[in-house]
Amino acid sequence: MSRRTPAAVGLAVLGLAMAGCTSTAPVDAGAGGPITVAAADDACDVSTTEAPAGTISFDITNGGSKVTEFYLYATGGRIMGEVENIGPGLSRQLIVEVPEGGEYETACKPGMVGDGIRGAFTVTGSAQRSVDTDTRLAEATAGYQRYVNSQVEALVPKTQEFVDAVVAGDVEGAKALFPIARTYWERIEPVAESFGDLDPRIDGRDDGEPGVEFTGFHRLERDLWQDGLQPDSTAIADMLMDDITELANRVPSVELTPLNLANGAKELLDEVATGKITGEEDRYSHTDLWDFRANVDGSQGAIAALRPVIDERDPALGPLLDERFAAVDALLENYRDGDGFVLYTALTPDDIKAMTEAVDALGEPVSQVAGVVSS
Amino acid sequence: MSAFSRRRLLGWTGAGAAAVGVGAVAGCAAAPAAPGPAQRVVPFRGEHQAGIVTPAQDRLHFVALDVITDDREELRALLQRWTAAAERMTAGAETTPGGATGGNPNSPPDDTGEALGLPAASLTLTFGVGASLFAKVGLDPSLVPPGLAELPRFAGDQLDPALSGGDLCIQACSDDPQVAVHAVRNLVRMGFGTTAVRWSQLGFGRTSSTSTSQETHRNLFGFKDGTNNLKAEDPDGLRDQVWVPADARPAWLAGGSYLVARRIRMHIEIWDRTSLVEQEVIIGRTKDEGAAFGAAAEFDPADFAATDETGAPRIAVDAHIRLSSAESLGGVRILRRGYNFVDGSDGQGHLNAGLFFIAFMNDPQAQFVPMQRALSTKDVLMEYIEHTGSAVFACPAGLGEGGYWGQSLFEA
Repeated sequence: MSRRTPAAVGLAVLGLAMAGCTSTAPVDAGAGGPITVAAADDACDVSTTEAPAGTISFDITNGGSKVTEFYLYATGGRIMGEVENIGPGLSRQLIVEVPEGGEYETACKPGMVGDGIRGAFTVTGSAQRSVDTDTRLAEATAGYQRYVNSQVEALVPKTQEFVDAVVAGDVEGAKALFPIARTYWERIEPVAESFGDLDPRIDGRDDGEPGVEFTGFHRLERDLWQDGLQPDSTAIADMLMDDITELANRVPSVELTPLNLANGAKELLDEVATGKITGEEDRYSHTDLWDFRANVDGSQGAIAALRPVIDERDPALGPLLDERFAAVDALLENYRDGDGFVLYTALTPDDIKAMTEAVDALGEPVSQVAGVVSS
Repeated sequence: MSAFSRRRLLGWTGAGAAAVGVGAVAGCAAAPAAPGPAQRVVPFRGEHQAGIVTPAQDRLHFVALDVITDDREELRALLQRWTAAAERMTAGAETTPGGATGGNPNSPPDDTGEALGLPAASLTLTFGVGASLFAKVGLDPSLVPPGLAELPRFAGDQLDPALSGGDLCIQACSDDPQVAVHAVRNLVRMGFGTTAVRWSQLGFGRTSSTSTSQETHRNLFGFKDGTNNLKAEDPDGLRDQVWVPADARPAWLAGGSYLVARRIRMHIEIWDRTSLVEQEVIIGRTKDEGAAFGAAAEFDPADFAATDETGAPRIAVDAHIRLSSAESLGGVRILRRGYNFVDGSDGQGHLNAGLFFIAFMNDPQAQFVPMQRALSTKDVLMEYIEHTGSAVFACPAGLGEGGYWGQSLFEA
């Protein structure tokens, strides 16, 4: 939930459909045929770990029992492409354009959590273009827009599962699905918040403005964990689904600037510092660490998209960001519980202090990124 | 000089002459046309660190930090950046030239800006290291000075670990609280990722005078505090009691001092219900003049042998000034530099208030420990106070040109 007005976020909503934003559209395989990925709960077998620069296709089949994701990463965790939400038994295709040769990483994320099962992936050859800074900046925003779109692609079905459980009166099922659906929301919170009409309905809290109806995720959270399902819980759930669907329809028309990315990355950490470390956000379910993880993911996603520009202009900043993101990741891993996290109520004051320190340490260099990309 | 301000300095520093400007300004402070107290600049570099025998300013922001890296070079780089920023701030400048408003408008400013336009206000920044630092960054254990040995537990201690200890400390004293807070805030910010705040304390109303030029202030019990303190004008006393000798081991602390900090919560409301005569007997001085019992004026020496008409000691055997006196401690003295604090209310309607005791000495075990042992077991004042925080730091000697905080230790 944001205290910011949409204007402060400053996203221009244009009526332009994004070109080339669908990473999962089926296309003909290249000459060498697609690279196959056999994903399982404990494996991520990629048929070859080398490909020439250019357009690279992966066919991912999930033979495991958990929903999985597949990623191709560049330096600094920059996502070259990903597919989310691949259910057991399903196959999805990822087509990704990799213009520059170098060392990359593949990852499957069974259960959609953690760093996933990583593998080295080498891109060879000379598809490298000479890119000027403007091109790099344009690629950064396009790359981040792909990331946002991919999150929304998963947010819709995951919210649907959650809503279905609420409507069916399946309290335990809905409780399990709540933090998972929110993960996709929290990763793209600054973009989602730019829709000033939808954000309060989807993510408002009951300390919101007087006279504003309490709806959305947190209203259902209160019903599920505290009050029990109410006569209007179904209506609230349906409204949440409608709002998320509306969000998904609008997101592709958002046009982002590099400054939006940099400031969005910072705002996500601000959200962590003011809402998640304090246990304020998920006060009924105490699933704040899921949101924490997702906010950091989203922040890293935006920073990673800008990474080539950062590396060009301030070579010391990228490695520092890597180090500080890694420190937060390592800390959060201590609080894993299965595919999720321990509840906020299980944390000691020392735990919370350690997290605060790590987020402060990360927030300072992240706050420098806007200046670097605008210099 | 009356127009001297951070903004003015901003203009001068474009030529890269910040340090030169600082020296010139410091020299002006003692010139005949001396600036008013608010304009005063205390030299940052010198034989000893500023903020020890420097005339005690009225305001304090003290911070104890944990080092959260094990990379000694990373810490050393921070100490160098801190030193540059600290030197600038004590001269009334921003942490970096143009740091508050002169940078990229899309970046957060280097300097947080709340001291823009404020004069230096006698800001001093004093740096120390705690015993826990050495193992953390792999410094040779033989470099741990003997004075950093842990203090024993004293009777009545109610120490909160969250208000105690620390790998590093920075004491910021100033005539203007905003200047002191600005300094600590900016140094803390520079340290994110390398250091983290362990605890901090704001103080006001110096409860000691460290110079004979100063009047004695009162603590929150309403008594003059620090009458018999070691003073800057007593070089022999400072040499014997405060400064670590030149031939001391480890050598890196020669010319430095130890800082003992104790957060002392005072039960204000209870004290305020105590009769004047009882208050005075507990302290051993009159509340009005601050004279020791049997003496007429504040600075008249206390006569601990004097008796009244019944033959009882005039200054009670358990009076605060007797128990803490050099006479009853074998000649031991300390340089006190404490501050009053009020951290709001405690939730039960009582002031969360007291004395943030800071004292400098060259051997805490031989000076602070016997003094506090005597007070904690015999002083009636203990019924009205409790010690809630405690820390000891080693503060190296002052910096020469080009030197940085901790250099003598890190290059030992």
